[in-house]
Amino acid sequence: MSPHATYILAAYVVAAAILGGLVIASLSARNRVRRELAARGLDKRR
Amino acid sequence: MADLHFLANPARFRRFSQRVLPGLGFATALMLAVGFYMAFFVAPQDYQQGDTVRIMFVHVPSAWLSMAGYALLAALGASLLVWRHPLAALMARAAAPVGASFAAVCLLTGSLWGRPMWGTYWVWDARLTSMLLLFFLYLGHIALSRAYDSPERGDRAAAILALIGVINLPIIKFSVDWWNTLHQPASITRLDAPAIHTSILVPLLWMAVSLLLLFVFLVLLRTETEIDRRRLENAEAAA
Repeated sequence: MSPHATYILAAYVVAAAILGGLVIASLSARNRVRRELAARGLDKRR
Repeated sequence: MADLHFLANPARFRRFSQRVLPGLGFATALMLAVGFYMAFFVAPQDYQQGDTVRIMFVHVPSAWLSMAGYALLAALGASLLVWRHPLAALMARAAAPVGASFAAVCLLTGSLWGRPMWGTYWVWDARLTSMLLLFFLYLGHIALSRAYDSPERGDRAAAILALIGVINLPIIKFSVDWWNTLHQPASITRLDAPAIHTSILVPLLWMAVSLLLLFVFLVLLRTETEIDRRRLENAEAAA
């Protein structure tokens, strides 16, 4: 175990939290907008 | 170039992104899984920094992508202001939070790398300060694009900021050469050969490509959402 393991793991956790959070937020935003378009009958996907 | 012009139409771009996104998402996840394995289990310890060199595999690609993302914002800004490109404003709105996130990852992982190596989380040296300025430029772009009742005015104001802020990119790149900084000078993007051994360079480049795919995935996904959101706003305005 590296003496600096805390810093290394913290760096990867921070990166995963920020980028993973952005992926989740982006997917949920797309789904929300699609649902609103569908509710208005504007949901042509192609 | 003809293909890029073909994609300039928002409806065509939307169809293109819907076709590409599932495969791109799968490839990104696979590449990142292999990249993390290489970062933790394949790359050796550095002879001076030990295991902390593993932070480099997320820190350095994040720095590259945050700078590339801002160059993209500037190009989109020019495209919007000069040619009134219909997709440029939507893609800039989509790309700014992605670039800001990579800049945040770069700053925070750099800080966590600095503490064990330099004995401090932060110093106001030229590289770190110019990188922090890039993060604030991203935040300014996001805030400006949403600051007006008319989205078109917000997009134009943000485009001007993107073009002004692009001067910060060469300052970030050359700050370690122009000033005496605690941050090390360039070891990969140099005119001569990289100063990093292949056993560390290969995982680093693998992670850079993986995170580039993630960047492209996020920008395509968010641009598609912005196109749909604009359709929704137009429908509400017409009702």
